[in-house]
Amino acid sequence: MDVTLSVNGVSRTASVEPRITLADVLRDELGLTGTHVGCEHGVCGACTVLLDGRSVRSCLLFAVQAAGQEVTTVEGLAAADGTLHPLQKAFHDAHGLQCGFCTPGFLMAARELLDENPSPTESEVRTWLSGNLCRCTGYQNIVDAVLLAAERMRGAP
Amino acid sequence: MDVYLPRTLPEALELKARHPEAMPIAGGTDVMVDINFDRHRPTALIDLTRIPELAVWRREDGHIFLGAGVTYTRIMQELPGLRAWFQAARTVGSPQIRNRATVGGNLGTASPAGDALPVIAAHDGEVIMISARGERSLAWHEFLVGVKRNALHPDELIAGVRWRTVRGPGSFSKIGTRNAMVISMAGLCLLLDEEARAVRVALGSVAPTIVRAAEAEAFAAAEIARAGAWDDPKATLSEGTLAEFGERVTGAAKPIDDIRGTARYRRHACVVLGRRALAWALADRRG
Repeated sequence: MDVTLSVNGVSRTASVEPRITLADVLRDELGLTGTHVGCEHGVCGACTVLLDGRSVRSCLLFAVQAAGQEVTTVEGLAAADGTLHPLQKAFHDAHGLQCGFCTPGFLMAARELLDENPSPTESEVRTWLSGNLCRCTGYQNIVDAVLLAAERMRGAP
Repeated sequence: MDVYLPRTLPEALELKARHPEAMPIAGGTDVMVDINFDRHRPTALIDLTRIPELAVWRREDGHIFLGAGVTYTRIMQELPGLRAWFQAARTVGSPQIRNRATVGGNLGTASPAGDALPVIAAHDGEVIMISARGERSLAWHEFLVGVKRNALHPDELIAGVRWRTVRGPGSFSKIGTRNAMVISMAGLCLLLDEEARAVRVALGSVAPTIVRAAEAEAFAAAEIARAGAWDDPKATLSEGTLAEFGERVTGAAKPIDDIRGTARYRRHACVVLGRRALAWALADRRG
């Protein structure tokens, strides 16, 4: 079955079996291995991508269900010239990652948060990121990174 | 496995009539978990996410109809005035889950832990089912017939749920091991129906299906009347009365020990949830 998706602004078509998840199509068919597959049952959040601007778990979605929709993955965050997205820069600067496995999921969830709410409080960040697990950082630096990115994106000094 | 991607309701109903074994899937947050764990291997799926008729809600003739395809994110954004609904929607999973998970999914899965179900029960909701043969509806307690069992026929789809608008304060609260991403150990929806001068309490996760605490409801309504609080929102109930209400609420529970908690803990949780929910509702009326 041919599935056409807009992935990071580019129309991509993959020939897939209906039982293949969006996460597997992104990774195995389209070579976008930035989306990580962790628990495969909707708990860890590592596979988070945006579907028409909304964060979803790509392991709980068949690729055919997303046909014709706009998918944004972590590869779509940085600018074409490689300049990091403010969230990526802030995760780097605030040490918001250690092993990095969970990072793409956190970045995409945080991206949706800042699209909706450019000035979140610490508590709002924690609540929003409650569906993503990190086994390294203890979350503090991740929360700091999102707040730093929000501040920079608002153009604050 | 075949996947059907109908774009209209008639198309979906025709597919379901022809392939009654096909599993309906919307957000996938229940169905996909079972598939990924190989607990369930459907031969066919019918994707319902493209069907506009299921993704609507509307006010009609003193009632509200909530389509099966409305997500919990949309309930929070579009129906914040329905306080108990908002509170239940907010406790479902995480943002990524709420962006996909639907009310129809809670009804289809029919788990006693479905967060929307006590809210539907407290609103005396009726479940609307459709098939190529026509439409029918069942009261929530006729629809939810057991643990993960409902009264849906193989050729039917869940269209949504409908209830008479209730005027008065209400809440949904639940107990679990953390605030997010948790399947409840006990959940409770309480509504004060100012017009009928009635109290409605529904419990989740503490019996094979959702249960109403009818005896506690009658007790609370009578105590509110005795205190004169239906007419005078400033009138209060004593701590002792609230505590007794909690005890009567837990009388409706038939909990079991399982991986998430013991029956004893669940009974205690119902006491506390009931007492708090009635106190909140009375405080809301005082303004």
